[in-house]
Amino acid sequence: MKQDKIIQIALTIVALSAISSLVLITVFVFKEGLPIILRVGAKDFFLSGDWYPGEGKFGIMNMIIGSLAVTAGAIIIGAVFGLGCAVVLTQFAPRQLVVILKPAIEVLAGIPSVVYGFIGVVVLVPLVREYLGGPGLSILTSSIVLGIMVLPTITSISVDVIQAVPKSYRDGAIALGATRWQTTHMVILKAAKSGILAAFILGMGRAIGETMAVIMVAGNALELPHSILDPVRTLTSNIALEMGYAAGEHRQALFATGVTLFVIIMILNTIALTISRRSAGKAAKK
Amino acid sequence: MSDNAKIIVDKFSAFYNQAEVLRQIELSIYSKERLAIIGPANSGKSTFLRSLNRLNDLHFHFSHSGKIIFDEKDIYDNTVDVPSLRRRIGMVYAVPAPLPCSIYDNVAYGPKVSGIKSRSKLDELVEFGLKKAVLWDEVKDRLKEPAMNLSGGQQQRMCLARVLALQPEVLLLDEPCSGLDPISTAKIEDAMLELKSSYAVVLVTNNTKQAARASDRTAFFLMGQLIELSRTDELFTNPADERTEAYITGQFG
Amino acid sequence: MKITPAASQRFVVAFLWLITSITLLVLLFIIGYILVHGLGHINWSFLTESSRRMGREGGIFPMIVGTILVTGLAVIIAAPVGVLTTIYLTEYTREGKLTSIIRFGTDCLAAIPSIIFGLFGFVFFVVVLRMGFSIISGALTLAIMVLPTIIRTSEEAIRAVPKSYREVSYGLGSTRWQMVTKVVLKSALPGIGTGIVLSIGRCISETAAVMLTAGSALRMPDSPFASVRTLSLHFYILSREGISMENAYATASVLIITILVINVIAYLLMRRLAAKVR
Repeated sequence: MKQDKIIQIALTIVALSAISSLVLITVFVFKEGLPIILRVGAKDFFLSGDWYPGEGKFGIMNMIIGSLAVTAGAIIIGAVFGLGCAVVLTQFAPRQLVVILKPAIEVLAGIPSVVYGFIGVVVLVPLVREYLGGPGLSILTSSIVLGIMVLPTITSISVDVIQAVPKSYRDGAIALGATRWQTTHMVILKAAKSGILAAFILGMGRAIGETMAVIMVAGNALELPHSILDPVRTLTSNIALEMGYAAGEHRQALFATGVTLFVIIMILNTIALTISRRSAGKAAKK
Repeated sequence: MSDNAKIIVDKFSAFYNQAEVLRQIELSIYSKERLAIIGPANSGKSTFLRSLNRLNDLHFHFSHSGKIIFDEKDIYDNTVDVPSLRRRIGMVYAVPAPLPCSIYDNVAYGPKVSGIKSRSKLDELVEFGLKKAVLWDEVKDRLKEPAMNLSGGQQQRMCLARVLALQPEVLLLDEPCSGLDPISTAKIEDAMLELKSSYAVVLVTNNTKQAARASDRTAFFLMGQLIELSRTDELFTNPADERTEAYITGQFG
Repeated sequence: MKITPAASQRFVVAFLWLITSITLLVLLFIIGYILVHGLGHINWSFLTESSRRMGREGGIFPMIVGTILVTGLAVIIAAPVGVLTTIYLTEYTREGKLTSIIRFGTDCLAAIPSIIFGLFGFVFFVVVLRMGFSIISGALTLAIMVLPTIIRTSEEAIRAVPKSYREVSYGLGSTRWQMVTKVVLKSALPGIGTGIVLSIGRCISETAAVMLTAGSALRMPDSPFASVRTLSLHFYILSREGISMENAYATASVLIITILVINVIAYLLMRRLAAKVR
């Protein structure tokens, strides 16, 4: 009994390491990043596009827009392809194919982001430059690359929520004479709606947080983009590109970029958690 | 018989989430007797059995009042070493539940966690348990095989052997034959008859015929209360309470 | 003309299959493209020699060593912490305030992008704790990063262990800890293994976080406090700075093959778990 108590206390301490890491991360990133935002002023930091670290000008608006643009494109592609794969996997694919498809999508999730970026540069960028114009390094290219990268996240979460829909729903609809597809979109996808939405939001979080692949294909220009064929710099690439040589205020400004990213991610994550918890609650009630 | 009570249950009540599932149970269990507990579903008989070796502790919402005296000590006392209590009061479950390892490792599990390391001692206990459970001859050449390979009846006897290898003083059987065919049931009942000479056996069963066949005394539980407890032949031929009579003549449950 | 349900089903299903096929083709294309361009440059000396002239010539042996050390150390730190956390959550406590705080922390940690882990690792391990750009800084950073993966997969595996095993174990007189180590962990091992293997994959793939914590030295490391360059970072630098496309492709091939092997191992472990639970 006494030994059990000691083990229990030890385990409690270990179990707190995840949350304490989170606290440490938050504290240190904010401690480094917040002062410069306050010094520059929130308005100049977030709403100015002038990023000239040499002159003490730290405006990240263009990067916020860059991140949002790239993420929006990525999520459109990721949602269509990710959900499409999930529907095929759960509703239409024969068993023999599922055992190939599922691991394949897991492999897609395992490929290093630098490899995605590299393929983007050597294959996609020349294609875009040739056929659509512009430098090739662009919002469009990054969206496509990121879309493929977030696809596995969306697929695997969607598969889980679709499979959580009670089988009786589907059998009921089929028994009423609905086609497979009518059943899928009117019954199953409707029931799984909020879970799938949570999957999209988590996919957005992944896209906005991705760094290396975006550096390689987005072009990293500091100007405000005017079309999807223009290059952009994202929040993440700004940090990774300049961290190597930044010092003093400049480095603090990069941490402040991190703070911005952190806040965006936490908002997205909270939304996703709330949605999926609510849908889990609903399912439990039924 | 009254002077060698092994377990004395004293005004014992049990609760799940405040709901009273056992009400003021009072009875004694003697060594070397077979006590059957019968009653319809939800009568609290399994809860009672699981209270006797504190398996209900696993439910976070369980609470109790009253005492269960074993060896002159309340088993719910804070100073009781629960693992060693469970070794002395062993339990066989309704559904055979082999652990995912070999027959030998299943039977040796209890002795091992009690701290026995000597290989020869373990061999001895495994053989002892399997022999007592009348399974030794069937499995002695395949002790290293996964226990899942055994038939349902064999698995249940192995579960019995697993408890017997601990050389307990009291044996709790929770509807041990509910999932078995008549032949396997007969084998388990044979084993129980042999065990009586050395242990106190408490058998919970839904099968009144089994209680009549395989016990010395029978207790009838209904809705968490002990309605009647007497010698088995007496209870089945001449029940004192009309609810007992209704149950054993098959009018409900 | 009215489109019948059957016709619209045909159209939509064809579209969905098209999407799925494109996804599969993209996967095959990426793997194929890298391997076709890279496999030819992989030979024994490429795998066992140090690199010369910034990676323009020579091999990738120091990067292989660096990757193994950083990844290995990260997983050695994260695996016990993650598994013990899961044991606490599943076996030692009931759901309450504390567990929901721990779960919330794990969920948030899982959502944090790797570049933020890099920033944190840089300021905390490299600067404040004075570990410098090193194997140990990189490993600690990655350990925190993969902690949620390990906790989630172990929790899934441990919850799949039948309740009857626990009852039997208790019934035979084991303590809670004996029950956990001898029965629960043993049954959940393939699932926990899957989580660990996937974490190894994530560490190997990671670039941004190691760049800011482990540095990019080309030398063979001689202590845990030495800076190393992992394979994925090496590949990034080679291709980004146009140092050597041949070596970039070859390094990427090594990475891809490693990831494939890791996925196969994870898949086999998962199948074993499924077989056991059944």
